[in-house]
Amino acid sequence: MLNNKEIKELSNTAIYIRRKVVAMAYESSSSHVGAALSMVDILTVLYFKRLNISPENFCNPCRDKFILSKGHGASALFAVLAKRGFFDEELLGRYSKNGSLLAGHPKKDSVDGVEVSTGSLGHGLAIGCGFAIVDKSYNRNSKTVVLLGDGECNEGSIWEAAMFASGRNLNNLIGIIDCNKLQGFGKSEEVTGLFPLDTKWKSFGWNVIEINGHDYNEIDRAMMLAYNNEKPTIIIANTIKGRGISFMENKLEWHYKSPNEQEYKLAMKELF
Amino acid sequence: MRSTFINTLIEMARKNDNIYLLTADIGFSLFERFEKEFGERFINVGISEAAMIGIAAGLAISGKKVFVYSIIPFVTMRCFEQIRVDLCYQNLDVTIVGVGGGLSYSTSGATHQAIEDISIMRSLPNMKVICPADPFETKNAIMQIEDSKGPAYVRLNRNNEPILYNKNSDGFNIGKGIKLIEGSDIAIIATGNMLETAIRVSNKLYEDNISVKLISMHTIKPIDKNLIMECIEETKWIFTLEEHSVYGGLGSAIAEVICSNIYKIIKFKSFAISDVYTDCAGSTTYLRKQYGLDQESIVAEIKNLINTDVIV
Repeated sequence: MLNNKEIKELSNTAIYIRRKVVAMAYESSSSHVGAALSMVDILTVLYFKRLNISPENFCNPCRDKFILSKGHGASALFAVLAKRGFFDEELLGRYSKNGSLLAGHPKKDSVDGVEVSTGSLGHGLAIGCGFAIVDKSYNRNSKTVVLLGDGECNEGSIWEAAMFASGRNLNNLIGIIDCNKLQGFGKSEEVTGLFPLDTKWKSFGWNVIEINGHDYNEIDRAMMLAYNNEKPTIIIANTIKGRGISFMENKLEWHYKSPNEQEYKLAMKELF
Repeated sequence: MRSTFINTLIEMARKNDNIYLLTADIGFSLFERFEKEFGERFINVGISEAAMIGIAAGLAISGKKVFVYSIIPFVTMRCFEQIRVDLCYQNLDVTIVGVGGGLSYSTSGATHQAIEDISIMRSLPNMKVICPADPFETKNAIMQIEDSKGPAYVRLNRNNEPILYNKNSDGFNIGKGIKLIEGSDIAIIATGNMLETAIRVSNKLYEDNISVKLISMHTIKPIDKNLIMECIEETKWIFTLEEHSVYGGLGSAIAEVICSNIYKIIKFKSFAISDVYTDCAGSTTYLRKQYGLDQESIVAEIKNLINTDVIV
C-alpha cells in the first residue's frame, strides 16, 4: 500500500507530466495527446516508484527495462524521462521540430532512456521476450515491462509473442495494456472482437490482473504481484483516453487533434 | 549450402558464446546438432516469423549475435516490416538466413519460391544482401558476418550444390565481387545459384572464341561498383544472371550502376525470371527452361545478341 505522502508525490508528478505532454502537443501541433495522457499515471508509478531504471544505471544490463510498444504515446515517455533526469527538459520544447531528436515516436539511442524504436504497433512484446530470455540466462532479477495499447492487441504479432512468452515461462516479462477503449477509427469493442481481453490473455497462459489505470495503489500493487508470479503477467489497466483534461476525456478525435491556443490555456488551468 | 551454413555456425558458436540461432520451426535433420550442443542458444520460436524477428532484436540489443532462419519467403516477406523497423531502423546485429533461393523449392509451387527477395531486401537501409553461389562462398560469408555489424541477409540455395572454387581460392570479401575468368569481349555477372550455369555458359562461349569476363557478384548490397566499372571499361556487353525476378534484383542493381556511370556505348541484358509465378511443378532444370534460364537458352541468346550487334 502506498502512503498518503507517496500518493501525493506521484499525483503531483503526474500533473507535471500532463502539463508537459499538453504543451508538447500544442507547441508542435502534433497528434496523439489523448493516447499519451491515458498512460501518464502508469508511467509515473513505473519510473518514480517501481522500476529499477535511472540515468545512473541505464547502461547496466541488470537494470529493469521498459518498452513503449504503443509508441505514439512518446510525448509522455519523453516528459517522464526528462523529469527523471535522463536528458535536459529543454529538449521537450523541440519535440517534433526541425532536426529534433524527439520525434513523434521513440527512436532507440536518440536520447538516453529509450530502449527500443517503436511506433509501428505490435512489435514491443516480442522484443521484450528477447530481453527477458537474456535476463533469465544470466539469472538476473531484472524485469522487462512492455506498455501496449488495447487497439494494438488487434495485431497478430502480439499474440505470437504472447504464446512464446508463456510457452517459455518468461515470468520476468510484464505487459501493461493502456486500455482506453478507443482506437484509430472507432471504439475498441466495436472495431473487432478484441474483448474480452482478460480471458484471451488467460487462455494464452498469462497471469491476468485488471486494474483502474489511474489509481496509484492499484498500479503499484499489480506490479508487485507481477514481480512474484510464476507466469508472465498482463496488467489490463482500464484508463480514459485524454485523462486529466475534461474536454479531451474519452473523445476519439483527441487521438489526432492538437490543442489550439484557447484549448491549451483551458487545459493548463485544469492541470494544477 | 545449408549444411555448410550450420557447420560453419557450429564452429563459430564454439568460440563465441554470444551466437544465437533462431528458427521458425524449420531445420529438421539440420539443426539437431546445434541444439544439442548449444542448448539455450538455439530457439525454435514456432511458426511465428514476426515474433522471431522481434525476439532476435531483443537478443541483439542485449549484446547477442543472432542468426534467424527459415524458408526465404517466410523469413523475408512475412516479417518484412519487423525486419524494417526492428532490425534495419535500429541497425541491429541480426543475420537473416533464408533457404531456397530462386526456384530451389521447384516442386513446391510459388509459395516456397523466392523471386522477389533480393529486390525487397536491398531496398532496406543498413541491410547487407549476400547471395553465395556455393559452399565456399557460404562459409566465407557467414564467417565474415561474425565480424561485421548491423543486419544482413544471406540467400542460400538448398543442398548438394557443387563447390565451384578450387582449394586455393582466397579473396572472398563481402562487398567485393570475384573475377573467376578474365575476358574482354563480354562480361557475365552472376549471383547465387546461377553462377554454376554462368561458368558453363562462359566455357561454351569460349569454344566460339568469345572472351568472357566472368564475375561472381555474391554481394548485391553493397555492390562492387569498381568491378562493374571495369566491365564497362573493358567489354562491350554486360549480361547478368540471377534466379530472381527481372525487377529489382542483380540486374537492376547492375543497371543502376551502369546508368549512373555511363561514358561510352555499352550494351546490357539481364537474364532473370520474368514477371510471372511458376504455374506447375518440376525440377529446377525444368523450370529454368520455362524461363529461358538454362545454359542452352542463355548461350543462344547471347550469341544472337552479339552477332546482330552493330557497334557504331
